[in-house]
Amino acid sequence: MTQVAPEPTVEAVQRALGEVLDPELPVLSVVDLGIVHRVDLDARGIRVTILPTFVGCPALDVIRASIADRLSGFGLPVQVDTTFEVPWTSDRISPAGRRALAAIGIAPPSEPDAVRCPFCASASVAMDSAFGPTQCRSLYYCRACRQPFEALKAV
Amino acid sequence: MADDEFVIGFSDSEWTGIAPLLEEDIAMSSLAQDELGHAQALYGLLAEVTGVADADTLAYDREPADYRHARLLDHGRGDWAMTIARRYLYETSDAVRLAALSDASWRPLAELVGKLVREERYHLMHVGLWLERLATTGGEPRDRLLAALATLGPDSGTVFTPLPDEPALLKAGILARPLAELERDWRAGIAATFQGLRLPSLPPTQDPARGRTDHGAAFAWLHSEFTMVRRSDPAATW
Repeated sequence: MTQVAPEPTVEAVQRALGEVLDPELPVLSVVDLGIVHRVDLDARGIRVTILPTFVGCPALDVIRASIADRLSGFGLPVQVDTTFEVPWTSDRISPAGRRALAAIGIAPPSEPDAVRCPFCASASVAMDSAFGPTQCRSLYYCRACRQPFEALKAV
Repeated sequence: MADDEFVIGFSDSEWTGIAPLLEEDIAMSSLAQDELGHAQALYGLLAEVTGVADADTLAYDREPADYRHARLLDHGRGDWAMTIARRYLYETSDAVRLAALSDASWRPLAELVGKLVREERYHLMHVGLWLERLATTGGEPRDRLLAALATLGPDSGTVFTPLPDEPALLKAGILARPLAELERDWRAGIAATFQGLRLPSLPPTQDPARGRTDHGAAFAWLHSEFTMVRRSDPAATW
């Protein structure tokens, strides 16, 4: 089987990154999640700089490996670095990303007192616990539709 | 600071599987993950400037006497009230310290601190609610909280133990204000909260010169726990 390596341009790399999914929230690509800080392309290869969502995020190594794997098709050396140069904040999640989150019952990030139920949009919700199944999520309960749900922390 | 985050993170992880509520089991595990992540990032910066191989070398390859965390964290896991009291005193101290480092002239530190502050907000929210819950529930919860605060009291301000190189840190624009000044601010904040909850005020630090040394038996045990894997196979990766 022969595969022609696609023309490596920053746009093509960005498009490819749009297919790399976050391992903890697999409805979001790393682009929708807003963690792609910079894509550099030169004779030495492709260098992607990403922003960790949480300092101790255990998914980071998986994300790094998925990015390197997806970009390997360009036939150039790939380097994935992380930086805190600008902090990742939850408002970096794209509108499409926010819709995708709501569709799987996870409230997109907003200040703790402004969280809405992703199922019925009620504001009558209570935080059960600031900490959920991953570092980036809190647990809530909707009093209107009596549904427990998760919300992304606003960091 | 890295040792503080490492030791409290490891202590928090001791609740995994045995916390009083499922939500708290998850919360303590998540807090532990945050704090250990912070420690790893801080050790990473430290390793870069000191030429030490990596963060793990700093975290695992030292003798108990070489750790420089605050003695506030040296009282063993204790019961739930002890855990909440320790976390409350630590998180509020840490918040004051982080604020004084947020404009550090050393960019990598300032950038990291900017990120840490956003996560610590949730830690403060969590522990603040629990402090209030224990303090305002009469009987055993409040009694246990009072006992924990009495035990931690003499070491409560040790996060602000003066550093030998503090003048240099101030001069270089890394630390914005002297630790003694930060401690005064912290105590004023605590006093207001404690008054509202009718909790006794905190005593002054018992032995300020030893605020980050002489860690004692509880830490010796914790150290033997967290270095166990490393000692049994130094080349292990995980």
